[in-house]
Amino acid sequence: MPNNAAASMRKGSTVQKVILPGAKSTKAANKKKDEDEGVDAADGWDEWTHGKALIKPPDQLELTEAGLKEEITRILTANNPHAPQNIVRYSFKERSYKPTSAVDQMAVHFVLEGSLLHQDSDEACRLRAKEGLPEETATVDTGAEPDEEKPETLATLVEDGGEVEEAGEEDRPDSAASKTDRKEPKVTNQFNFSERASQTLNNPLRERSCQTEPPPRSIFTATATQWEIYDAYVEELQKQEKNKEKQKASKKDNDKSKKKTMLMETQTDDITKVVKASKIFERMVNQNTFDDIAQDFKYFEDASDEFRDQEGTLLPLWKFQYDKAKRLSVTALCWNKKYQDLFAVGMGSYDFSKQGRGMLVYYSLKNSAFPEYIYPTHSGVLCLDIHEQHSYLVAVGFYDGCVAVYKLKEKGFEPMYKSSAKTGKHTDPVWQVRWQNDDMDNNHNFYSVSSDGRVVSWTLVKNELVFTDIIRLSLNGAVSEGPEQQPGIAYGTSFDFHKQIDYLFLVGTEEGKIHKCSKTYSSQFLETYDAHSMAVDAIKWNHFHPKVFISCSSDWTVKIWDHTINTPLFTFDLNAAVGDVSWSPYSSTVFAAVTTDGTVHVFDLSINKYEAICQQLVVAKKTKLTHIEFNPIYPIIIVGDDRGYVSSLKLSPNLRKKPKGKKGQEQPKGPDMEVAKMEKLLSLLREPEHSTV
Amino acid sequence: MAGTEHAEVEETLKRIEVHKGVIGTIVVNAEGIPIRTTLDFSTAVQYAGLLRTLTIMARSTVRDIDPQNDLTCLRIRSKKHEILVAPENDFLLIVIQNPCE
Repeated sequence: MPNNAAASMRKGSTVQKVILPGAKSTKAANKKKDEDEGVDAADGWDEWTHGKALIKPPDQLELTEAGLKEEITRILTANNPHAPQNIVRYSFKERSYKPTSAVDQMAVHFVLEGSLLHQDSDEACRLRAKEGLPEETATVDTGAEPDEEKPETLATLVEDGGEVEEAGEEDRPDSAASKTDRKEPKVTNQFNFSERASQTLNNPLRERSCQTEPPPRSIFTATATQWEIYDAYVEELQKQEKNKEKQKASKKDNDKSKKKTMLMETQTDDITKVVKASKIFERMVNQNTFDDIAQDFKYFEDASDEFRDQEGTLLPLWKFQYDKAKRLSVTALCWNKKYQDLFAVGMGSYDFSKQGRGMLVYYSLKNSAFPEYIYPTHSGVLCLDIHEQHSYLVAVGFYDGCVAVYKLKEKGFEPMYKSSAKTGKHTDPVWQVRWQNDDMDNNHNFYSVSSDGRVVSWTLVKNELVFTDIIRLSLNGAVSEGPEQQPGIAYGTSFDFHKQIDYLFLVGTEEGKIHKCSKTYSSQFLETYDAHSMAVDAIKWNHFHPKVFISCSSDWTVKIWDHTINTPLFTFDLNAAVGDVSWSPYSSTVFAAVTTDGTVHVFDLSINKYEAICQQLVVAKKTKLTHIEFNPIYPIIIVGDDRGYVSSLKLSPNLRKKPKGKKGQEQPKGPDMEVAKMEKLLSLLREPEHSTV
Repeated sequence: MAGTEHAEVEETLKRIEVHKGVIGTIVVNAEGIPIRTTLDFSTAVQYAGLLRTLTIMARSTVRDIDPQNDLTCLRIRSKKHEILVAPENDFLLIVIQNPCE
């Protein structure tokens, strides 16, 4: 290639030499004649060499002076008008066509490859090595004769240009040849060398591409809330504490605990996780169903009481019943002092020909449909008592003479303590049990009375019941010691302990007598009251007045006593066997009794000393009521019957009227006032008594 | 221990289920899958899904106000039903009741 260019140059230069003298004269001729490019190029060359000559193209516009001076602004911008702007490409990442901004903006207007090399450059060396001698000589030449023009030296290489200045060239091929001989063993024939080349088939271009599946993406957003931050801190604190513990504990323990936690974690899909929620929901469902009752319990006050003067009514609320205890009768009731909605029910039978199993169940007012706790027993329950301070402890007396203590905290159906034949159990049914204050060693203890004539104190020592006989009841007033006591046994059926005087207690017997006893003197009774003609079913000290107690019996009567006086203060005949009687916890003069004809009798002595202010049949006919208890806080009572039902009843306002409403001037409240109220009543009674006596 | 506890819950749930007015109960596990229900599965899944988000939101509200506090129960009274929801140990107990019945 450089050879050819050089050749044309040579031609040009020769022509140029010819024309040159008449350059100026031929200007017009140049314009008019069609000339070949060679001439043109010669012209250009001429101008180039001279520089100043101005040649106008033939078709140039003639402009006026003003037109020439006018400025025309042209701005070169980087925008390529030919570059497409709407190229889209499919993006597999986003699964859509996306416009691409990467368009080739380069436009090529002119390409000229230079043929000049610096002789010392690496490429020049390489070329030299490849092309061999001729150039080598040339470069050497140029190095040797710097005066000569380059085109001419190049031209000398061409074989057909054998025109001028060949002189120095002749020895050069020799040297070149000698050099090529050395370097390349194969020398091409310089005269009739023909190059043969053939093209192999080009493999068609194939484009192969593959696309991987786009990596899975997920969007994660979160908001940090205050409690999340709090939890994180708590967790961290716990971790730190654990670490401290771990440092203390040995490694083996750690492993064990780990295993345990692992075990805990594995059982995930167990419904026991909703233990608490299910219990609450049972109550809520019940609350929804019995919403009206709950509203009545809390808010209903019988408005008709105002027009009824003194009498009141009982509003039936929930009824409690357990299917498995349907055939048993309620033999004992006791409210839990700590949780006022909870009460225990003893189930057994008073029919002595049909004794069998019994049951201890706990109900809550919050769930009337199902008991909170259930303890089936082998023998019928006859009595129970919940510990006042430790409300999870309940003492139970059975028909077979056993006493037992159940602990609600313990799982399972078995009592925590149970008396056995070895440990002095009663030989006859246990009719009443009652917790006592803890003894000097802080052991819990309770008393029991049975128809075998014994009153026994039971102490809970570690895991056994320790018994102490307190008194043996006998028929003839004095307690007979020794083996001959057998004929004279008095069958205890009920007892109650004085609220303030710790040692004093009363025992009711099957013969209808009431004995006043002391825990410390087991040899004799302090007093004996000829109370009833049939068994004393219940005996209770007044909650407020320290001298007054009440007793009831199957001989249809309820009697109120002053323990210092041998004869009853009041006697009420209720026209049916009285199952139970109970003082109210809110007034010293109010008590309620249940009779076997299914009636509840409520008395307020301060209002009516002769008749009940409420007598209401609360169960179906032929159902016998067996027990009654006042709730310690709410104005409701629960009554149990012989079919296993426990009914709760709300006392209407008249039945719990404050004396203030009656008497007006008595403002102070509290136990003192209640005592005074009773005292006043008693004094009213005594005076006529004294006057008559 | 665990066995009796399991039986206890089972019995309590059964009692709730047969209680009059109760339309259905659902126990939802920590993953939000109903593991025990008296409703048909699709309804249960719908209830579980919707109530879970609501419960989480309600719990978040309660805890945001006081982090030491926690949600124990959610009662939704609607024209037709009352829906009771209680979260416990990441589980949900849902009871749908018709209180007017």
